[in-house]
Amino acid sequence: MTETAHHRGMWRWLTTTDHKKIGILYGITAMGFFVVGGIEALFIRLQLATPNGEILSADAYNQLFTMHATTMVFLVVMPAAAALTNYFLPILIGARDVAFPRLNAFSYWVFVAGGLFLTVSFFVGGAPDGGWFGYAPLSTQVTEVVRMDYWALGLQVLGLASVLSSVNFITTVFTMRAPGMSLMRMPVFAWMATVVSFLLLFSLPIITIGLLQVFLDRNLGTGFYSAASGGDPVLWQHLFWLFGHPEVYVLILPAMGIVSEVLPTFSRKPLFGRSFVIFSGIAIGFMGFGVWAHHMFTAGLGPVAEAAFSLTTMFIAVPTGVKIFNWLGTIWGGSIRLKTPMLFSLGFIFLFVIGGLSGVTHSIVPSDAQQHDTYYVVAHFHYVLFGGAVFGIFSGLYYWWPKVTGKLLNERIGRLHFWLMFIGMNLTFAPMHILGLNGMPRRTYRYAEGLGLDLWNLVATIGSFTIAASLLVFFWNWYRTAKHGQPAGDDPWDGRTLEWSISSPPPEHNFDVIPVVHSEDDFWHRKYTENEAGHAVTVTAVPSAPAAEGPIHLPSPSYYPALASSGIFVLLLGLVYLPWGLIAVGAGAVVTMWGLFGWSMEPLTREDHG
Amino acid sequence: MSVALHEEHAHDPAHIRKVAMWVFLGSECLLFGTLISTFLLYRTRTGSGPTAADVFDIPFTSVSSFILLMSSLTMVLAHHSSVRKDYRQMRLWLVATALLGVTFLAGQVFEFTEFVHEGLTVTTSPFGSSFFVLTSFHGAHVAVGVLMLLVTALMSFTGKWRPDAGMDVELVGLYWHFVDIVWIVIFTVVYLLQV
Amino acid sequence: MAQQRPHPRPRDYWVVALILAVITAAEVSVTYIDFLDAAVAPMLLVMAAAKFAIVVGWFMHLRFDAPMYRRLFLIGVIAAPILFAAVLFSFGVLIG
Repeated sequence: MTETAHHRGMWRWLTTTDHKKIGILYGITAMGFFVVGGIEALFIRLQLATPNGEILSADAYNQLFTMHATTMVFLVVMPAAAALTNYFLPILIGARDVAFPRLNAFSYWVFVAGGLFLTVSFFVGGAPDGGWFGYAPLSTQVTEVVRMDYWALGLQVLGLASVLSSVNFITTVFTMRAPGMSLMRMPVFAWMATVVSFLLLFSLPIITIGLLQVFLDRNLGTGFYSAASGGDPVLWQHLFWLFGHPEVYVLILPAMGIVSEVLPTFSRKPLFGRSFVIFSGIAIGFMGFGVWAHHMFTAGLGPVAEAAFSLTTMFIAVPTGVKIFNWLGTIWGGSIRLKTPMLFSLGFIFLFVIGGLSGVTHSIVPSDAQQHDTYYVVAHFHYVLFGGAVFGIFSGLYYWWPKVTGKLLNERIGRLHFWLMFIGMNLTFAPMHILGLNGMPRRTYRYAEGLGLDLWNLVATIGSFTIAASLLVFFWNWYRTAKHGQPAGDDPWDGRTLEWSISSPPPEHNFDVIPVVHSEDDFWHRKYTENEAGHAVTVTAVPSAPAAEGPIHLPSPSYYPALASSGIFVLLLGLVYLPWGLIAVGAGAVVTMWGLFGWSMEPLTREDHG
Repeated sequence: MSVALHEEHAHDPAHIRKVAMWVFLGSECLLFGTLISTFLLYRTRTGSGPTAADVFDIPFTSVSSFILLMSSLTMVLAHHSSVRKDYRQMRLWLVATALLGVTFLAGQVFEFTEFVHEGLTVTTSPFGSSFFVLTSFHGAHVAVGVLMLLVTALMSFTGKWRPDAGMDVELVGLYWHFVDIVWIVIFTVVYLLQV
Repeated sequence: MAQQRPHPRPRDYWVVALILAVITAAEVSVTYIDFLDAAVAPMLLVMAAAKFAIVVGWFMHLRFDAPMYRRLFLIGVIAAPILFAAVLFSFGVLIG
């Protein structure tokens, strides 16, 4: 087995077990699905631009809104966060890779299998059309149409990918930190990634069983969610939101972590109340499991449950508010540099506060009953998920781009991107508050003339195309930077954490010498010290070059993870088309077993940098 | 499946894998929690089909539960032998554990056929659906465990097997005991409390 | 890893298995004693919890291993019953 054979082109990416390459793969895949999900959204907005829209049929509209949400949640925001976590979590804690590199590759390829599987459904008789929440009995009826089978199985396998990478990340954080990197010294982004992993770890099994029950109801005739045979559709709502609400924090916490890294760097101040930010993140994680039923206030839970969940929902705003004030405290009195990552972080705070406040209005049960299933809710969660999660992720992209590629994204184009996106976002989603309060229901493909909904719908459509334009600007920036970008150097932003102490892009083994950490923001304290007046002064003494270490073991590339996940893809397709699909199920299972067996027999590491 | 780390920082690979296993088992708790609570919600929704008291045969299930419980003893003895590097003994206990697991599965198959004869199938009622899905989901876990036990026993003959890598006996053991404790809960909550 | 207590020996495992067998026998017998009536359910739950703890503590070595394992596992063990008690409560199942 020659080294070079494993290092060529596509093959190198297919077999990689390097957390950085896997991170890049996640990122590019997420960007691809972002375009897909964005186009779905543009179709929806075109249909709703004028009353009595003619562009889509009701059936096509159902597929598009279902797939828009499913794509954006599971195939864009989650993998984009996974991309940054994969790339930076090991570096931030001073490790050379994650705990299980090949399991990491497997998670990625299983995610790709699930994403392709979901998207393929468009071309074989229609995509899922029962909403991303798949409420029973809508999702369990019509068993002769396979659309919701694609949904149930696709989400199932995406969940598998996420559980595996959660186990991986948690193990990495608890066993692979560099010497001196105590848990409380971990960068906040690493902390939030850990909390997210725990949320996924404990919420995904619940939806796994729920989805299994939906699949069995559809294909085996079980009666879990069929009221006719004594089942209870409300159970599905519980299981879905027991997963679905922690999932909301899965989407937003990585962005909060990014903002907590970006603000201190561009304010040249340590994060204000750092431990409060960390503990409020943990608190959000715990409380995120205690608020699920606020999605079900109109399901008739009874006054006790409604009052209890109304209270917990109000309480969860507290740790979130703590974070907002800590971020403001960080900027306060700092020497602020308004670079693009900083703009996106500030945009995040502004938009997330709006989304958070409209969220708290949902905790009031009678008011929620009024807003339920209206565009007010759509406005709310786009402010937190687009204004929050997506702005946070773009902040992270601009911030870490130079580290990953070695080149700085263009600042002027970046600013144009930010302002177009910021304006477009508000044009699209702010009017939806008004539309919702005026009674426009969600998920309806048409509205009649003369209801007072025309103007704001048109504005929202214009806004959505502004967002699309801003994304084109971003792609232009990407292309331009790849062609003529300035070299970034190791530490373009005067950063505070370990990733800026190594070259851009980082070497395959991350650290020549595993760093020994002495404080929070360790890299900053290696560069600066304080004088009597409390001002930062550059440290002049360059630390002596550390002694060379022995050979570094790196995980060897492996094609087994990709092979095993290709088996899973075939197996899933077979499960949709039972009973004849059983042949494909068998073939897929054999390929998967082959991949897993080969994987467990493979030698673990190759010698490198001897 | 672990990255070898630099000796200086001596992250023990066995420790790393055990952390991952315990994290994974924590997650599995929620999996079975969902199944068991679905059953609890539907335990009396039997429609026109048989009820729990009609079909359950407690003496029979007690015996098969006892067999699974004792397989945890043979499992822990296998682990003990592997720690002492007595691989002959270890293989013996591994195979014994797998046999007890297979016996439990055979008992489950017998039980299922009996229930079907008495008119309880997976489509009869929500009670039937949730009972069969819960217990067969657990059975699938047992089957996977049996497979891992046999593979570990077989691999220990070959030169490729390293006691400290891959699916070592301790990890298989943790998984196996977990499947056992889930059955302890199922036996009480699903069987004993419903008759 | 630093272990807190020395691992048990085979003799201990046999004793533990014997205890588990006795508890199982007690569980089954309790269901056949009519006059216990309402006390049966709590007794069964306590005995199941005891078996659970014994297997986890002795056979899975959680008593003897690094505390990190215990903490990680306990999150799931504690979270599951609390969450689903709330769900079942909202259906009125746990009250009856």
